[in-house]
Amino acid sequence: MTSPSLVGKNARRFAAPSVIPGFGLTFGYTLIYLGVIVLFPLATLIWWSSGLGFSGLYAIASEPRVAASLRTTFFISFAAAFVDLFFGLIVAWVLTRYDFPGRRLLDAFVDLPFALPTAVAGISLAALYSPNGWFGAPLADYDIKIAFTRWGILVALIFIGLPFVVRTVQPIISELEAELEEASATLGAGRLQTVIRVMLPPLAPALLTGFALAFARSIGEYGSVIFIAGNIAYVSEIAPLLIVVKLEQYDVPGATGIATIMLAISFAALLLINLVQAWSRRRFGHV
Amino acid sequence: MSEIAVTSSGRSRGVKFRPVTQDSSFARYTLIATAVLFLALFLFAPLAIVFVEAFSKGIGPFLTAFGDPDARAAIRLTLLVAAISVPANLVFGLAASWSIAKFSFPGKSVLITLIDLPFSVSPVVAGLVYVLVFGGQGLFGPWLAAHGVQIIFAVPGIVLATIFVTFPFVARELIPLMEEQGKIEEEAALTLGASGFKTFLTVTLPNIKWGLLYGVLLCNARAMGEFGAVSVVSGHIRGLTNTIPLQVEILYNEYNNVAAFALAVLLAGLALVTLGLKTFLEWRHADALSGRARRH
Repeated sequence: MTSPSLVGKNARRFAAPSVIPGFGLTFGYTLIYLGVIVLFPLATLIWWSSGLGFSGLYAIASEPRVAASLRTTFFISFAAAFVDLFFGLIVAWVLTRYDFPGRRLLDAFVDLPFALPTAVAGISLAALYSPNGWFGAPLADYDIKIAFTRWGILVALIFIGLPFVVRTVQPIISELEAELEEASATLGAGRLQTVIRVMLPPLAPALLTGFALAFARSIGEYGSVIFIAGNIAYVSEIAPLLIVVKLEQYDVPGATGIATIMLAISFAALLLINLVQAWSRRRFGHV
Repeated sequence: MSEIAVTSSGRSRGVKFRPVTQDSSFARYTLIATAVLFLALFLFAPLAIVFVEAFSKGIGPFLTAFGDPDARAAIRLTLLVAAISVPANLVFGLAASWSIAKFSFPGKSVLITLIDLPFSVSPVVAGLVYVLVFGGQGLFGPWLAAHGVQIIFAVPGIVLATIFVTFPFVARELIPLMEEQGKIEEEAALTLGASGFKTFLTVTLPNIKWGLLYGVLLCNARAMGEFGAVSVVSGHIRGLTNTIPLQVEILYNEYNNVAAFALAVLLAGLALVTLGLKTFLEWRHADALSGRARRH
C-alpha cells in the first residue's frame, strides 16, 4: 500500500492513524460483546421500567413492604459504610504507617471479603452470631440478638464494605509527605493536632470515595445478608431480596421497579464518587 | 516510657527519641490492637468458622458430603460455568484492551465507564435483566418457548449471568496496564516486519502476562463463587441447575450444617488460594501489574 492512500484512508477513519493493526476487529468485538452481554439486557430493564412510568415506579416504591425494604437497605448500608469508614481508616493507617509482625498477612487478609463467595460469608456470619454461635452465645447472655435481626444485616454489610475503604485510603496514606508533618511539628503543633489538621484533610476525598464505594456495594448486596437477616417482612427484609420474592410471585413489574430504584441509588453514589475525585484532583492534585 | 519527639530521628544516652512523624507508642499500640481485633472479629472469625463447622463431626461426615450426587453435580456445573465464562471474558478483555490502549478514538472514557458498569449493578439485578430478556414473560420468552429453547432456569442463563458479573475483571486490569506500556514496542516489531498476530504473541503477551493472570484469577474466583445473580436465573433444580454456592444455600436451609460447610470449605479454599496468588503477584511482579487499576 502506498503512503498517500494510507493517509487518505485513515483520514476518514474513526480511530487516529496507526501502524498497529486490528482496530476494526477488536473494537468491533468489544462493542458487540459489551452490547449483547451488558447494554442490551440493561436497556431492557430501562425499557420495562419506562413502561411503568414515574407514577408506576412511585406506586411500587410506596407499597409499604417495598418502602420498608428500601428504607432498611438504604439506612443500614449507610450505617455500615460509616462503621467501615472509621475502622477502615484505622486499619489502613496501621497497615501503612506501622511495622509489626504479621502486617503482611493482615494486609493480604483485608481482601478476604472480595474473594470469599458471598454465600459462604453469609452462612458463616449466621453461624457466628446465631444464639448458639461463638459470638451469639455470649451476647445472648446479655439479651443482645444479632442474627435474624437488623443488626445482622449491619454486621454482614460491614464485612462486605471494609476492603473498599481500606484499599482506597491506603495509597493516599503512603503518599502523605513527611515534610508537612515535620513542618507542622516544628511550628508547634502537637501530634494529635498534626494528625487531625494536617494529615486527615488530604485523606478526605479518598475516605469519601471509599465510603461511597462501600455504600454502593451494600445497597446491592444479597448473598451475605440473606442468611443472617432473618428476612422478616417490614423489619429485616432488604430490597434485593424483595426483587427475588417478587420474581417468585411472577410480579415482574414489581421486581423491575425495585431494581430501577436500586440502580438509580447506586448510580447516584457513583456520580458522587466522580464528583469527589474531580474536586480532589483540583484541590489536592491526587485522587 | 519516656519519649521525646525530635525533628530528626536520633538516639542519645538514657532517653529514647522519637521522630515527630511517628505516633507515640501508646497511640501506636492502641491503633494496632484496634485494627487487629476488628479484623479478627470481622474477617478472621467468619473464615475460621467455615472450617470448624465443616469438621465439627470429624472427617467422615465431611467426606460423605462430597459423595452426594447433587453435590457432585453442583461441583461439575460450577467448573463448567467457570470454564465458559472465564475464557469468554478473557477474550473480551484482550480485545477491549487492545483497541482501547493501542489506538486513540473519541469516546474512549465513556467506553471504559460502560465496561465497568456491571460492578455497580447489584447481582440480583444482573440476574433480573436476563429474566426480562429471556424469561417466560420476557422480551424473547414467547419466541424461545415456541422453539423449545430454555435459557432461564437452565445452564445458559447461569453462564450468561456469571459472564455479566465477571465482565470487567480482565479488561479493567489490562486496559491501564497496556496504556502504561504504550505502543512503541509493538510499532518496532511491526516496522521490523512482524505480522500483527505475531507482534501480539511475542511482544504484547509477554508484557501483560502477569496482569492477565491477575485478572483471570479474580474473574475465576468470582465466577465460581457468584450467588445472587445465579440464584435469580437458576431455578434451583437439584442436580441440574445448582452451582456450589446454591447447593450450599439449600443444604444450609435444610439444617444440614456439616454438608453445607463442607461445600463451603471448597469455596473458602478457592478464596484463600486466590488471595495467596494475588498477594504473591502483587509482591513479586508488582512492576508487571497495572499501578492504576483499582485493586479489587
